[in-house]
Amino acid sequence: MRNRDRQPKMPASVTTESASARAVLIALALAFLVLFLILPVVVVFGEALRKGVWAYLATFEDPDARAAIWLTLTVAAIAVPLNMLFGIAASWAIAKFEFRGKSLLVTLIDLPFSISPVVSGLIYVLLFGAHGYFGPWLQAHGVEIIFALPGIVLATIFVTFPFVARELIPLMEEQGNTDEEAALTLGASGLRAFMTVTLPNIRWGLLYGVLLCNARAMGEFGAVAVVSGHIRGFTDTMPLHVEILYNEYNFAAAFAMASVLTLLALVTLVAKTLLEIHYGEALARTPRV
Amino acid sequence: MRFRQPSALPGFGLALGSTLFYLGIIVLLPLAALVAEAAGLGLRGIWTLVAEPRVLAALRTSFGLALAAALVDSVFGLLIAWVLTRYHFPGRRLLDAAVDLPFALPTAVAGIALATLYAPNGWVGGIFADFGVKVAFTPAGIFIALVFVALPFTVRTVQPLIGEIDRSIEEVSATLGASRWQTIRRVIVPMLAPAILTGFALAFARAVSEYGSVIFIAGNLPYVSEIAPVLIVIKLEEYNYAGATAIAVVMLALAFCILFAINVVQAWSRRRFGHA
Repeated sequence: MRNRDRQPKMPASVTTESASARAVLIALALAFLVLFLILPVVVVFGEALRKGVWAYLATFEDPDARAAIWLTLTVAAIAVPLNMLFGIAASWAIAKFEFRGKSLLVTLIDLPFSISPVVSGLIYVLLFGAHGYFGPWLQAHGVEIIFALPGIVLATIFVTFPFVARELIPLMEEQGNTDEEAALTLGASGLRAFMTVTLPNIRWGLLYGVLLCNARAMGEFGAVAVVSGHIRGFTDTMPLHVEILYNEYNFAAAFAMASVLTLLALVTLVAKTLLEIHYGEALARTPRV
Repeated sequence: MRFRQPSALPGFGLALGSTLFYLGIIVLLPLAALVAEAAGLGLRGIWTLVAEPRVLAALRTSFGLALAAALVDSVFGLLIAWVLTRYHFPGRRLLDAAVDLPFALPTAVAGIALATLYAPNGWVGGIFADFGVKVAFTPAGIFIALVFVALPFTVRTVQPLIGEIDRSIEEVSATLGASRWQTIRRVIVPMLAPAILTGFALAFARAVSEYGSVIFIAGNLPYVSEIAPVLIVIKLEEYNYAGATAIAVVMLALAFCILFAINVVQAWSRRRFGHA
């Protein structure tokens, strides 16, 4: 595409619109993007800093706010590495081997993406909630899953389940088995071949998947809202704390907390764009939607 | 036929075994609970729970607004993808990266930002308020939030295909005497049709299941601006698992039917235009 643009501009008028039409289309696209995407981000920072920098910083001295940040970091620290390991194992099995039922397995791995966040929370409540299938047994043994950390972690793992596998499967399929086979012929053990051949081959794709997985894990709202119970200072993640503050009409604090999540999103986008620009050929070629 | 083709690489059993174990615990077991709960209710039980006027109104709101948002996103998604791939202007890269914002921005953050922006005293809502139109806390607000969350799906499915269009086809069309508008309408859009449909389907699926960004801007008024996922949460807070399950199952079934219909149309358009 980009190469084609650099061709001589002679027949430009034939394969493009008139200058005025182009200007109108660009203006329309720009207006739409500004109205729907850019302005909300500007609003977050504008509202967060409305009462000044000190009020902004004071938000993060509140113990409940700190507890929410800590909980979000804890949940991500459990969910992201687990999904990373799973993603590597799944893509090793799916991309490097031919077996029956493979496409069914790929469909099942993608399943969490097509399920509403609220339903993702609901299914764990049905399983572990007070009136759920394992609820009475869990209560009798004093194990808390719903309205506690384990439930939040499980719901987060569920919604971020496919991210790493979806990036790695097509990437490893494109790379094929020849590199690993060469390593094995040269006498490397399976583990060594994986560590010294496969892992370096997939590292940028892995980073890409982990990045997106982490952004979603820290920002997930619907699924976590259903299983958390909104207990201030205990089961309140950052997005849930944003909701509580907002509903208490404490807008400055709500937007201050939201601004941290927005920064995380912007950093994720920048890192993702940089990866695509500099290591595009080391990422999966299939469109990632 | 054997289960697995022979391969020189090791680790198949370990990798597949751990994958299936993890998948079973995290995805399949909880989904089985949903299926079991729904099966326990039976079709008639589900119907009685869903036939409440309030539930029906919420389902109508959810599906109607999700279709409308997916439609608007398909049109603007095509326009944005076209502008980003075909034209060169300052800030293009930045805008291109910004399209993924709804993927990266937590839905709760998007929700409070859009609610503030489109509230009657907000920057954009204020302009509408001058004309006596209320956006936030009405179904229009829900529509805005759904347009926001679903936009990247339509842009990102069409964009790679626009890049792959062979310009010589457009040249042929022009040399045969077509105007630029005719070329776009009769040559380019048909080539992109399957991708536009895919983008529409993905956008719709995302919009219909959205919760976080909607609840802040919706007002959540029963019968007016209450979406089905909100009702699921309300039922769960009342420990009404059966009611929540019924709505969830009907939502999944309806969404599945619509996506199936779109798939059929897509298969037809692929045959018709001979292009993936």
